[in-house]
Amino acid sequence: MLSIAVWKFTSCDGCQLTLLDCEDELLPLTEKVKFAHFTEMTSVSEPGPYDISLVEGSVTTAAEAERIQRIREQSAVLVVIGACATAGGIQALRNFADVDEFRSVVYARPDYIETLATSTAIAEHVKVDYELRGCPIDKGQLLELLTALAAGRAPDLPDTSVCTECKRRGLTCVMVAHGTPCLGPVTHAGCGALCPAVNRGCYGCFGPMKQPNVPALVPLLRRSGMGDDELHLVFSTFNTAAEWS
Amino acid sequence: MTHRANRILQVAGLARVEGEGSLHVRTKGDQVESVELAIYEPPRFFEAFLRGRDFREPPDITARVCGICPVAYQLSACRAIEDACGADVGHRLRALRRLLYCGEWISSHTLHIYLLHAPDFLGFPDGIAMAAAHRETVERGLALKKAGNLIMETIGGRAIHPVNVRVGGFYRVPEFPELRALADTLRHALDDALETVRWVSGFDFPDLDVPHDLLALRDTDGYPLDRGEPVVSTGLRFPSSEFGEHVAEHQVPHSTALHARLDGRMFLTGPLARYTLNSDRLSPLAVSVAADAGLETSCRNPFRSIVVRAVEVVYAVEEALRIIETYERPDRPFVEVSPRAAVGHGITEAPRGLLYHRYEIDAGGRILSADIVPPTAQNQPAIEHDVARLVGRHAALDDHALVSLCERAIRNYDPCISCSAHFLDLTREHR
Ligand code: SF4
Ligand code: SF4
Repeated sequence: MLSIAVWKFTSCDGCQLTLLDCEDELLPLTEKVKFAHFTEMTSVSEPGPYDISLVEGSVTTAAEAERIQRIREQSAVLVVIGACATAGGIQALRNFADVDEFRSVVYARPDYIETLATSTAIAEHVKVDYELRGCPIDKGQLLELLTALAAGRAPDLPDTSVCTECKRRGLTCVMVAHGTPCLGPVTHAGCGALCPAVNRGCYGCFGPMKQPNVPALVPLLRRSGMGDDELHLVFSTFNTAAEWS
Repeated sequence: MTHRANRILQVAGLARVEGEGSLHVRTKGDQVESVELAIYEPPRFFEAFLRGRDFREPPDITARVCGICPVAYQLSACRAIEDACGADVGHRLRALRRLLYCGEWISSHTLHIYLLHAPDFLGFPDGIAMAAAHRETVERGLALKKAGNLIMETIGGRAIHPVNVRVGGFYRVPEFPELRALADTLRHALDDALETVRWVSGFDFPDLDVPHDLLALRDTDGYPLDRGEPVVSTGLRFPSSEFGEHVAEHQVPHSTALHARLDGRMFLTGPLARYTLNSDRLSPLAVSVAADAGLETSCRNPFRSIVVRAVEVVYAVEEALRIIETYERPDRPFVEVSPRAAVGHGITEAPRGLLYHRYEIDAGGRILSADIVPPTAQNQPAIEHDVARLVGRHAALDDHALVSLCERAIRNYDPCISCSAHFLDLTREHR
């Protein structure tokens, strides 16, 4: 039986919650894998080493930077889950700002608060074996990854764009048909084109696909009515520190 | 039992809460000197980076404060911005928002009841271990939770961080057949919800009666979820815009979460407060199952919060069915909201308590300042106080037993530590 550990760094818990949201698959899954450490779900915590570690969240404190090293040493396979862990998350907005000023906006006594000036992806600290994109990750991709690892095969994770998922679902292109600005052409596949399915442009929560052609998309976004400010804002959300170009 | 003059007790972590924190208890003889619930989850500075963003962004951005109650964040944000802009979404869109919120209540409460909280009462470390002995029960919980998530997927486009919510309403509103399919699932869910109340009402509840002031919303029609006016158990009521005048946050050295006080006093928000202040607003079915479960019209024992949550799930499933049955499809999925220089306030009832948002925007729709007061920050002083009372009362217990009692007591509040700033380490120091 594979032992799995789930670790939280700076995050909202949404990606690990995806595991508990596998209502139909959760109990059958526990016949194949054992959760040796998963604080959100169980009070039992078994010591490593672990076959698989799922890591949620970004590194924003010195203690987290040390903790990820110990987790890596204890884990045969390390999987990062979600935009926080793969790209620093929305909290990486501090990377482009003055963190002391941020601290003083939220806290009357900023000196009590320990934090790094940056929020960084797990791969910037340790070697990562697999990554699941998204804010939050997609349940289907998570299950594919876990069942593949349990079966000892390579997981089938797409690296195309949201556009391809839209086409596969037969959705009408929101940009072509309605002039709605959409990051689908440059965004990593995985969600199943959720936003276009509700007549909304993709806002990039799965981060950039492999080799995104952002310069080709920008004129289309402008034609759909996005100004400089909006262009800046839409690329600086949940994957602000990812490589968009 | 340990008879040492000085002892320090450490527990590696409070599990089955969302986020990271620790508890430090210091005692001298039989006297509890201090209890500090330290939330050391690193801060993420939402209120700082919201400045300069567009007024249409807070629903998507603030959802990411918490993966367990994203709808609460989305709807408090929407209401605050619409308040600033003088917009009203009308009753049809409002009904859909309430339906979405019912989905979040059902799935968040059911997650807490079945996977996080019930194992405490039945002596299991988690829901999976509990399933080995009570498979059908856990499956029932998972099915109920799934029904809640199905509402969020149908109305919100996704269960965690829904994509379909916007200032002014939605991007797309559902068609009747989608809602009919949802209603079929919800009719089964209602049986599961009723069975849940019966199940949890048979647990063994330690005695505790909390003296705190209670704060909840009160709505003119129905139990409070997506709107209402803040009311306090003292009789005080005030408009949402005066929230900041009554509830003040201050910082304590031991925690990254701020501590709140209501007019200078500690207080409690969440299921106990909601129920005690609004039990007359429940549906007849919810009222009767509450009575069968042994609840009076008010409930001040935090260990019984699991029963209140179960009753609230019954209400939420029924309410969702009612909304679906009376659904009038809005002509447009959203109302146009134009920015103006103003300050807006929005309060809704997250599953774990009242969630306040305030935004100041300029005429161009840029956010000048943002303030978010999550439920756990409000409850934190009361939680510390209740743990102190328990420790004082049960000082004779050995360290292990006392620690688990403290953990249980904390879990009663379903603290969402991520939302307050957050792994619980318990330290007990005897001096
Ligand atoms: S990636 Fe998004 S959903 Fe996942 S933990 Fe980070 S903020 Fe939450
Ligand atoms: S369409 Fe884009 S923004 Fe929407 S869920 Fe998918 S990746 Fe995220």
